[in-house]
Amino acid sequence: MRLALILGAALLPLSLASVMIGAASVDWAHIASDPQAFLIVTVSRVPRTVAVILTGAALAVAGVVMQQIVRNRFVEPGTVGTAEGAALGLLAVTVLAPAAPIWAKMLVASLGALAATAIFLALIRRLPPREVLLVPLVGLVLAGVLQAGVTFIGWQTDLLQYVGIWLMTGEFSGVIAGRYELLWIAAAAAALAWFAADQFAILGLGEEAATGLGLNHRAVMRLGLLVVSVVTAMVVVSVGMVPFVGLVVPNIVARVMGDNLRASLPVVATGGAALVLACDLLARLVRYPYEVPVGTVLGILGSVLFLWLLHRAPARG
Amino acid sequence: MIRIDNVSHRIGTAPILQGIDLTLLPNSVTALIGPNGAGKSTLLNLIGRLIPLQEGRISVDGHDVTTTPSRQLAKVMAILGQTHHAGSRLRVRELVAFGRWPHHLGRPRPEDQAAVEAALVQFDLAGLAERFLDEVSGGQRQRAFLAMCIAQDTDWLLLDEPLNNLDMAHARALMARLHGLRSAGRGIVVVVHEVNYAAAWADHVVALKGGRVVAEGTPHQVLTPEVLGQLYDMEIRVTELDGRPLILHHV
Amino acid sequence: MDRRVAALALVLLAASAAYLLWGIGGNWRFVLGLRAGKLAGMLVVGASIGVATILFQTVSQNRILTPAIMGFDALYVLLQTALVAALGVTGFAMLPVGTKFAAEVAVMALAAMALFGLLLGRGAQDVARMILTGVILGILFRSLAGFLARVMDPNAFAIVQAESFASFSRIDGALLPWAAGAAALAVLAAFRLSSRLDVMALGRPVAVSLGLRYEAMTFATLALVAVLVSVSTALVGPVTFFGLIVSGLAHSLIASARHALLLPAAALIGGAILVIGQLVFERVLGLQSALSVVVEFVGGLFFLWLLLKGRIR
Repeated sequence: MRLALILGAALLPLSLASVMIGAASVDWAHIASDPQAFLIVTVSRVPRTVAVILTGAALAVAGVVMQQIVRNRFVEPGTVGTAEGAALGLLAVTVLAPAAPIWAKMLVASLGALAATAIFLALIRRLPPREVLLVPLVGLVLAGVLQAGVTFIGWQTDLLQYVGIWLMTGEFSGVIAGRYELLWIAAAAAALAWFAADQFAILGLGEEAATGLGLNHRAVMRLGLLVVSVVTAMVVVSVGMVPFVGLVVPNIVARVMGDNLRASLPVVATGGAALVLACDLLARLVRYPYEVPVGTVLGILGSVLFLWLLHRAPARG
Repeated sequence: MIRIDNVSHRIGTAPILQGIDLTLLPNSVTALIGPNGAGKSTLLNLIGRLIPLQEGRISVDGHDVTTTPSRQLAKVMAILGQTHHAGSRLRVRELVAFGRWPHHLGRPRPEDQAAVEAALVQFDLAGLAERFLDEVSGGQRQRAFLAMCIAQDTDWLLLDEPLNNLDMAHARALMARLHGLRSAGRGIVVVVHEVNYAAAWADHVVALKGGRVVAEGTPHQVLTPEVLGQLYDMEIRVTELDGRPLILHHV
Repeated sequence: MDRRVAALALVLLAASAAYLLWGIGGNWRFVLGLRAGKLAGMLVVGASIGVATILFQTVSQNRILTPAIMGFDALYVLLQTALVAALGVTGFAMLPVGTKFAAEVAVMALAAMALFGLLLGRGAQDVARMILTGVILGILFRSLAGFLARVMDPNAFAIVQAESFASFSRIDGALLPWAAGAAALAVLAAFRLSSRLDVMALGRPVAVSLGLRYEAMTFATLALVAVLVSVSTALVGPVTFFGLIVSGLAHSLIASARHALLLPAAALIGGAILVIGQLVFERVLGLQSALSVVVEFVGGLFFLWLLLKGRIR
C-alpha cells in the first residue's frame, strides 16, 4: 500500500509541473483575464498532461495483461511486435486510403496490432518449454522484422517521418485538444482489464490450472489480446510508440506487492502514468525550449531498467 | 613431480579448498577421491590452470602454472574436464588431431598424423574417425576427447572423471591404458567416483573432504573402513581381492 | 587451394564482371568508373560482415549470433555520435575522413573489448540471457545515439532515416579507401590466426589445455570484429541479420570447422550475395534500395527459425 501512496502522491506535483512547463510562457497571475494564456493552458498544456497520464497508465496495464497471457515477465507490447503491427496497419491505411476517417484508421491499426500479437503467440507456442528468455528474444526479433518492413514501405512512400514516430520515438509535442481523445479508448480498455483482473491472474497460472478452476481459457485469452491490441493501437495512432513502460512498471510493482492483479493493477496504472509524466518532463527540459522525443528518453531509461531486471532476478516465468 | 604448496581457493565467500599441500609423483597413477563438493575437480582444474590460482603455489615438473606460458605447459600436461562440449561441429579425427596442436601450431607434420592415427586405434575409434562428434554416443565422444589428450603426448595427464559415460569394457580398458602409460614413465592424476577403480589401479590415493586432504597413501592405507566411513559418512565394508582392497559400498 | 573456395572465387569474379559490364552503354568510361566504386564497396562490406560474423560466432561459441544482434553496430553509431558531441568543440567533425575514421575504429575496438569481453565471460552459463542482454544493449545504444543527436541538433530529423536501415548502393566514396584498408588488414590478421581460432572453437577448457592463451585470443578476436563492424557500419549503416545468412551458407558449404577455409569462404559468399543481389535488384527489377531490406527480412526470418528449432547454440 505504501507504494500506491508514494506513486499517487508523486502524480500530483508531476501533473502540475507538466501543466506549468512549456515553450510559451504563461502568466499564471492573470490567467483568467488573459485569453491567450487561457487558450495555451486549455488547448495545449492540460490535454498534453492528460494524454501523458492516459498513455502511461494504459500501457502499463497492457504490459501486465500481456505478461499474463504469455506467462513471461520479460514481454510487453513494444517488444513483441504489437506496436509494429499497429504501425503497419496505420501505414497501410494511410497509403491505400489517405482520406479514410480517423475511426477507420484506428480500426485498421488495432487489427494490425492484433494480427502481430497473434503471430507472436503462435510462434512462442513452438518454443522449447523451459527456455524462459527465448520468449522475449523471439518477440524482439519479430518486432525487428516487422519494423524493417514498415521502415521500407515508409521510405518508398515518403512517410518515413511518421514511421519514425510510430515505431520508436513517440512524443507528446503534437498533442492538442481534439487530437488525443482516442487515448480515452485506451484507458477504457485498460479499465476493462481491471474488471477481469482475477481472470487474468488465474490465466497466469497456466491453461491447465485455469481450466481446473473453471475458467474459459480461450475467452480470457481473447479478451487479453483485445485489451493489448486496442491500447497499443490507440497509443501508436495518437502519440507514437512509447517503449518499455509496460515492461518495467509491472515488474517493479510485482516485486514489491506480488501478482494479486486486483490490488496491483491500479498501482501499476499509477506507476505507468508517473513514469511517463516524469520522462516527458525530462524530455521537455533537457534541451529547453526544444524537445527530445519521450520515446527516446524511455528507450534509454527502460533498457537500463530492463537490463537490471534481467540480471538481478532469477530467470523465472 | 607436481608440487602443491598451501593452496586455498574460494568462490565468492565459500571456501572450496583450504591449505592443500601435496606432492604427486611421476611414474604413478594418483586417484583423487572424496564425496561431492570435496574440491576434487577444483584442485584438478587449478593444477591444469583452467581456473586461476588464488592462493598458494603449484608447479608441474618445475613449471609454475601461473607464470609459465600456457603453450609451454601444454607440452607438459594435458587436462580433460568433466563436461566437454566442442563449440564447433567436428569429426572425431579432427578433434583427436587437435591434441597435436601444441606441437605444430597449425602445420601438422607426418609424425603428428601418425600420432593421431595411433591414438584413434588405441581408443577403438578408427571406424568412427569420419563421424561427427554430435553423431556418436556419449561414451564414444568421451573416448574421442581422451584420445585427444593422449595424442597430446605429455608427461602428465589430468583427467576429471574420465570413466563417465563409459561402459564396463571401455572403463577397464581405459584404466589399463593409463596404467600402461604410468609404467612408461608418465604421471597420471585422475578424479574417480567409483572407489574400486582407485583400489584396483591407483598407486597413490588422495582423499579430500570439505576442501582438505583427509588421508593420502597407498590404496591399502587409504581405502580402509575407517577412512572411507569418515569420508562418506556411512558404514563401508572392505575386503581384499588379488592383493588389492575391494570396497563393498553398494551393499 | 580448396576446390570449394576456388569455385566461390570464380562465382564472385563472374558476378563482378556481370555487374560491371551488364548493359553498359555509350558513356562506358563514366559508367564503368561509377560501377567499379560501388562494386569495391560491396566487396569490402560483404567480406567484412562475413568474416566478422564467423569470428564472433567462434568467440561466443554460438552459431546463431551476429555482432549486430549483440549491439555492435549500435555501439559504433553511438560512439560516432558521442565523439562528435564530446570533441565537437575541438573541430573533430572537421578532421579529414581518414583520421576521423581511424579514431572511431580505435575507440570502438577498446569499447567492444571491454564491454563484450565482460558479457561473453559472464554469459557463458546462460546463453539466452547473454543474447537478450546484447539485444537490449543495442536498443540502449541506439536510444542514446538518438538522444545525443537530438540534444546536439534539436531540429535534426535525418537521424531516423540514416539509422533505420542500410543501403548498399550509397557508399561514401571518400571513406572507401580507408575502410578497405582497415578491412583488408583485419581479414588478413584473422586469416593468420585461423589455426588458433580452430582451437578456440573447442571451448575454453580444451583450448587452455592445448596451450592457447584464451583470454588474449578473445580480446584479439573482439578487436578484429570491432574493426570489421566499424568498416561495414561506416560504409552502409547497420546490417543486423545478413551475417547470419553468410555464416550459415559458409558452414554448410565448407562442412568443416577449419577457419582457414571458413574465413575466405565467408568473405567470398558475403561479397557474392551483395553483388548478385544488387545486380538482380538494380538492373533486373529496377529497385535501388530494396536489397538491404530483403536481406534483413530473410535473415530475420532465418534467425526466428533457428530460435524456434531450439538451436540456441
